[in-house]
Amino acid sequence: MELLCPAGSPPALKAAIENGADAVYVGLKDRTNARHFAGLNFTPEKLREAADYVHKHGRKLHVAINTFAHPNTWDYWQNSVDSAVMAGADVIIAADIAVLGYAAEQYPQVERHLSVQASATNSAAVNFYQQFGISRVVLPRVLSMQQVRALARTTDIDLEVFAFGSLCIMAEGRCYLSSYMTGESPNTAGACSPPAYVRWEEKNGVLESRLNDVVIDRFAGHETAGYPTLCKGRFEVDNQLYHPLEEPTSLNTLDLLPQLHAEGIRSLKIEGRQRSPAYVAKITKVWREAIDRVIADPVHFQVAHHWQHTLAQLSEGSQTTLGAYHRSWK
Amino acid sequence: MKFSFGPVQYYWPKEKMIAFYEEVAESPVDMVYLGETVCSKRRELKFQDFMSLAHMLREAGKRVTLSTMTLLEAPSELRELRKYCENGEFQVEANDAGAINMLVQQGLPFTVGAAMSVYNHHSLRRLVQMGMNRWVPPVELSEQWLRELLSQPVVEDIRDSFEVELFAFGHMPLAWSARCFTARSENRSKDQCELCCIKYPSGRVVRSQDQKEVFVLNGIQTQSGERYNLVNQLPQISKLVDIVRLSPQAEGTVEWLQKFIANQAGAAPLKLEHGDCNGYWLNLAGMVRSA
Repeated sequence: MELLCPAGSPPALKAAIENGADAVYVGLKDRTNARHFAGLNFTPEKLREAADYVHKHGRKLHVAINTFAHPNTWDYWQNSVDSAVMAGADVIIAADIAVLGYAAEQYPQVERHLSVQASATNSAAVNFYQQFGISRVVLPRVLSMQQVRALARTTDIDLEVFAFGSLCIMAEGRCYLSSYMTGESPNTAGACSPPAYVRWEEKNGVLESRLNDVVIDRFAGHETAGYPTLCKGRFEVDNQLYHPLEEPTSLNTLDLLPQLHAEGIRSLKIEGRQRSPAYVAKITKVWREAIDRVIADPVHFQVAHHWQHTLAQLSEGSQTTLGAYHRSWK
Repeated sequence: MKFSFGPVQYYWPKEKMIAFYEEVAESPVDMVYLGETVCSKRRELKFQDFMSLAHMLREAGKRVTLSTMTLLEAPSELRELRKYCENGEFQVEANDAGAINMLVQQGLPFTVGAAMSVYNHHSLRRLVQMGMNRWVPPVELSEQWLRELLSQPVVEDIRDSFEVELFAFGHMPLAWSARCFTARSENRSKDQCELCCIKYPSGRVVRSQDQKEVFVLNGIQTQSGERYNLVNQLPQISKLVDIVRLSPQAEGTVEWLQKFIANQAGAAPLKLEHGDCNGYWLNLAGMVRSA
């Protein structure tokens, strides 16, 4: 079972490797990946250095080229695939069939993983993408443990699941909520609820967050104000004020580790290329320990208190959930 | 330009569905999509019921397509999907890669629905090579994006082998989740939902704290709070698009079809009212309403 950690910068990459990641995933500095934020990601040159560093430590580098190509700038996506291969990437993570097809035809020797953005939630969809020679599928966060198990038993392709980090509650790659409100979405711009549209205003002790002028939440003095990701807003349905879609919370699957291990899940992915090197270091350390423990003795595996404590501190709103993996969440 | 009615996205009682499609049969619409695309627990109409409606509509002169589930998670849902793909008579709209896989295996032509991520000419061409003969672009694409895509040489070459159909009226499907938001809004778990969405023939409106309609909850689907309405853009749309889709609303769907037909060439524009939007087509945020 592989531990796959995020890196938005060379220091984060170093932190991941030093703390025990088996592989690291990164993106290039443009809109070809789903964490297209200022100050984040790698130039082709930095990518080459990253690959050298990772390989020197005997680990693997995955490059996410997982947004959908635009018609007039298709060459960006093509160039990103070329740059990743030239830099020595071990894996290309893609969702667009144009990108998958290009990578498969030009560089058949470089492994291709199906990005979560392709939203492959069932065995027939997995079969569809196998025409592009993919060797692994990153499963959307909408599946329950039962469904992950069913899929693991009906397909022989390697599966990767999200283990920890921000919780997307919608089927990824098919969510247009962000462009509906701002004009920019993960699919069209590589970002959800982009910071350029965020506005904070304090009135009479109430802190209000807006996204492109839409009120996402209002916080009283004692409440922790979270980033206005639009699906985690507090809205009204029939005059009832609550979080109609999701509370601000993070995904944490530590409790499921023995089950994921038993089903032969090939890789555990930690979300967070937008996070700091310190965050990556702490998260990686906890998951390294946990995975080593479950591999050594799956039967007697117990979640250590200090792991949960560390992860809770690093979570959105200090809350974590098993998300869709646990049926009751739905 | 032709007009279509997309699949009913909400959960309506069987009598309401049948009454609606009887009205559709009498209407001037050219094409009709039938099927449950949101939640497999919705069983007011079963496969055979949809097939009966399909036959009735075909006899009324409509081109019928069976539309399929968007988020397929359980093996039982794949078995149901297979029935649609193997119906033997009607074209199928694939809303998930799983459906495309089944249709390709059978060597059948197919429609690719708006929930499939097709954003560029190379993806489009690959799908045409697999057998796609009708394409509904993602709702978030603008006129400019669509024009750029369709004018690429690799697409112009094959433009005769597929139709383009645009979602142009109705609350837009914007997201699908494992969670049922309608059940959540009634404080129920999904497993004990008791199909409560049948009480909301237009979904449940979500308002921001300053009373803007932001979303509509429709089971596991989240829709746009505003209704997409491109009635005034039809003259531009007709230059790029072959079919204009109207998504059935709880009331007044056929009346809106007539308004669309009347303004095909721009002869009967309408003043858009509160609750309508057209931003996506105009390359703006989707929720924006521009004249």
